[in-house]
Amino acid sequence: MTGSAVFSGSANGGGFLLVLAITLPTAGMLLSFALGGRLAARTALLLLPAGLGVAIAIAAGVWRTREPLVYYIGGWAPPLGLALRADGLSAAMLTTTAIVICATGLYGRAAFRIPAGVSEGRASLVFWVLLMAIWAAMNLVFLGDDLFNLYVALELLTFAAVPLVCLDGRAETLVAALRYLLFALLGSVLYLLGVALLYGGYGTLDIALLFGLVRAEPIALTAVGLMTAGLLAKTALFPLHLWLPPAHSGAPPAASAVLSGLVVKASFFLVIRLWFDVMPGLLNLAAAQVLSTLGAGAILVGSVLALRQPRLKLLIAYSTIAQIGYLFLMFPLAAGSASGSLVSNVALTGGMLQAISHAFAKAAMFMAAGLMAEALGHDRIAGLRGVGQLRPITVFAFGVAALSLVGLPLSGGFVAKWLLLTAAITAGQWWWALVMVLGGLLAGGYMLRVIAPALADADEPLIPRAPVARSREMIVLALALCSVLMGFLPLRPLGLLQIGRPNVSEASGR
Amino acid sequence: MSAATLFGLCGAALVGLGLYGLIIHPQPLRKILAFNLIGSGVFLLFGVVARRGAAAGMSGDPVPQALVITGIVVAFSATALAVALLLRLFHITGQATLSPEGSKNARQKRTDSQ
Repeated sequence: MTGSAVFSGSANGGGFLLVLAITLPTAGMLLSFALGGRLAARTALLLLPAGLGVAIAIAAGVWRTREPLVYYIGGWAPPLGLALRADGLSAAMLTTTAIVICATGLYGRAAFRIPAGVSEGRASLVFWVLLMAIWAAMNLVFLGDDLFNLYVALELLTFAAVPLVCLDGRAETLVAALRYLLFALLGSVLYLLGVALLYGGYGTLDIALLFGLVRAEPIALTAVGLMTAGLLAKTALFPLHLWLPPAHSGAPPAASAVLSGLVVKASFFLVIRLWFDVMPGLLNLAAAQVLSTLGAGAILVGSVLALRQPRLKLLIAYSTIAQIGYLFLMFPLAAGSASGSLVSNVALTGGMLQAISHAFAKAAMFMAAGLMAEALGHDRIAGLRGVGQLRPITVFAFGVAALSLVGLPLSGGFVAKWLLLTAAITAGQWWWALVMVLGGLLAGGYMLRVIAPALADADEPLIPRAPVARSREMIVLALALCSVLMGFLPLRPLGLLQIGRPNVSEASGR
Repeated sequence: MSAATLFGLCGAALVGLGLYGLIIHPQPLRKILAFNLIGSGVFLLFGVVARRGAAAGMSGDPVPQALVITGIVVAFSATALAVALLLRLFHITGQATLSPEGSKNARQKRTDSQ
């Protein structure tokens, strides 16, 4: 019984790292808020490398010991206390989050610089405080092992993300933020209802303990259905995507990068936790086909709408909807075969690699769009001609990120989609492969809409509206390269992601 | 019918009413109120769970009660944030609506008056 194994297991060495991963950004948030002004930015920037170091140390610890890091808060083991747990999936997502947040912080340093002689700007203070808050909440989502704890983490994430949408205070961004908040609240209250039902049925909310208890009976099915529906509203899976494009395109570029690259992945991560870790037995093919059909709908609708957008940031936001669709294609592929089998692992690895490479690529894209808009003074796609001569590195970075999103060979996106494609063919569900190929073609189409005019000669010489520091362009390029380089380490994540998977350990124990 | 069943049904009814309101009403303030209604239903359900799961000789399981207190704090903060956004929107545009038609009408009026 896995439950008893968890009972007897004690917190292992390195557990304090998990606490640091949450307390460092929280301390940064509180200090930035208390100090204010220029010190807010300085505090946040000081904490960025420390947080990145902690995330890498956790990933290295999980990788070295080949088993999850566990920490019991206050020394109380579940079911009485709460546990923090970092398995392979958490380690990969923690590191991704840390890298993207660090890049966003460095990029935002110039975007939210307080001019000399001005005491303090509201937007700048709010950006630094909320960037740290998002980091803390994301880390809690990845490390939490208690379903109610995860609910609180999701809510913290929502409260940090919503004000970032309306940072500039224009009426349309306020409407976008309010609509985002209402969707998110509906999602979280449905999730909470599911938590209540699970506690009523099984008397515990610890993921590792629930794994041994949950059976396919009405209360568990209702609970997981409600929780999944709530999480899908927060992930913006089609047809619950309506809030995403105005929210992500209206925010400042640095905020959009975090919102689109990271925040939607947190609720997706919880769907994985729920379906693969809490109740792998409930992941039957029929339910998984529903998720996957929604994913396929998202790929097609998102891509077609992206082809029709007049503004660059809206195009990137619609592309996020399409790329989220790919994440949900892994569910029937993993469910169609025995849990812990090779096909199931390949599908899970493909899905996670897609989530990670999309996080890098999308963050790079929004930042590149921000730099282009700074140079041109607008982000209309029709007016992009010649920006390639004005900002060659930015356009190159955008192109590199697009490579990964479209899934051209030797990029992270390619490996992710290739793994999903292989799993689809192996599992005998070839129709998902068709959707993936079609989605790739459409993605190529909408990315070409941006890159072709950007590389063309301008009708008249363009004059940059504002100088852009070379260092900011380099940050964008580094993020885009991260997304492509994911394609060069295909075997390593395959090993890391499987550490601490319950179905794997059970399969070997049988 | 036992008290727990009655309260459970009340909770379910509140969740249903709130969901209906959240989906049907276009006004954001009503949506916020509907969200609170669903929240109350869920908290009531937690109370029922606490009552049913109580060990012999105890009046209730303390864990769901602790969860409800946290849940109420979270729902309160969410409502405060939503109302603050709505107030700010009303100060800027003079109307509290989410529909694009509303802002289009306002723009139309502005162009008409020019």
